[in-house]
Amino acid sequence: MGMELYLDLLSASCRAVYIFVKKNNIPFDFQFVDLLQGHHHSKEYMEINPLKKLPSLKDGNFILSESVAILLYLCRKYSAPSHWYPPDLHMRARVDEFMAWQHTAIQLPMSKILWIKLLIPMITGEEVPAGKTKEILDEVNKNMQLFEEKFLQDKMFITGDNISLADVVALVEMMQPMAGNHNVFHNSPKLAEWRTRVELTIGSGLFLEAHERLKKLTEWDCSTLDPTVKERVSKLLQKFK
Amino acid sequence: MGLELYLDLISQPSRAVYVFAKKNGIPFELRNVELLKGQHLTKEFFLVNSLQRVPTLKDGDFLLSESVAILIYLSFKYKTADHWYPSDLQARVRIHEYLGWHADRIRGTFGVSLWTQVLAPLIGAQVPEEKVKRNRTNIDKALQHLEDKFLGHKAFLTSQQVVAVGCPLFEGRPRLSAWRERVEAFLGTDLCQEAHGPIFHIVEQAANKTLPDPSPEFYPNMLLRIFRIP
Repeated sequence: MGMELYLDLLSASCRAVYIFVKKNNIPFDFQFVDLLQGHHHSKEYMEINPLKKLPSLKDGNFILSESVAILLYLCRKYSAPSHWYPPDLHMRARVDEFMAWQHTAIQLPMSKILWIKLLIPMITGEEVPAGKTKEILDEVNKNMQLFEEKFLQDKMFITGDNISLADVVALVEMMQPMAGNHNVFHNSPKLAEWRTRVELTIGSGLFLEAHERLKKLTEWDCSTLDPTVKERVSKLLQKFK
Repeated sequence: MGLELYLDLISQPSRAVYVFAKKNGIPFELRNVELLKGQHLTKEFFLVNSLQRVPTLKDGDFLLSESVAILIYLSFKYKTADHWYPSDLQARVRIHEYLGWHADRIRGTFGVSLWTQVLAPLIGAQVPEEKVKRNRTNIDKALQHLEDKFLGHKAFLTSQQVVAVGCPLFEGRPRLSAWRERVEAFLGTDLCQEAHGPIFHIVEQAANKTLPDPSPEFYPNMLLRIFRIP
């Protein structure tokens, strides 16, 4: 058994890993863990990752979670071209800085938009109050501005002339709200250009393939959803009220 | 001008950077940025870090934020001992795995009690009981995971001292207590006390009701932070 990656491409963190391995022709077995069916809570998956999170990597006896850790592992183990995680001290620090910042500044709010605009209304039949929605959208707009002014500036990519792990992680997360019909790039031509540039560098085919499942999320029939999951989502809605 | 570190020791990530730099004898100038006085929001500090956050490192023209990035940078530049950030691939990525989890589950969770118990009451803001309970549950869950999955890695994570105000954090968790003792012994009691001085001082002042009021311009930011408590 070769290296296994436990993924559901609905998750931005999974897409980052998927795009990286495919782009670098790293051989792996795709183990689909269906988030919509709650398979990440199954006994089998909990043996791989007791924290029930995706993605996970299994390389022989070595099991690893957290997408940033997985990306760094793959980079080094498969000797990916150095621009992905530059050896230069300052450039590498920029990638590390972005990877740390993005957890709360990008990943979390982008995910919230998807819940607010699509999943909560779909599953509970209720909308999240407009005030709360506006608050989260304002936060996202502010952080997109910070991303542009501090991380991207006038460069082609975050570290300069070449794509790195940071660009991939950033973009897949910013794609998450698209499934809720919300485009975070429309305010800024510079960011829209950066998005296109990253997409083309990855390869449009691969990029589209990675985002196919996310695109189809609006078609999901959630009537078959486990009642306990539905209950959990209702509780989530309460937090937004 | 040598290395400058902009810090406020009441902040967890600032403490991590401080302890790491001191323990490794890295020469630096401490630039105190008092969060409770809103100094991170000033125009002057914006020129240092447009994200308006501490800790921030300034090394000549090079500016860097985010404690993890700073710690890794310092470990490379000053060639600190291997155990802090091991060169062995699996050991190294285990640290990143912990740090990823830490970002979601520790940061933002453990600091909440300072807000609910000290800072919100200070400005007369109420935090709903439901949120306080939820935070307690999240702390317990995080401690359980810390113990079950991550314990045993003596690395950066040992620098991330967590202080949850007003609750005996490791009560009933002998493995975590023992771990904390090992970390403190390794780092040295003096250094640990020094790093936690400011935050313990605040807790003490709050108990004696001698904690100075934050300036009113800072209230909106504080209220926003309090409102964000999940």
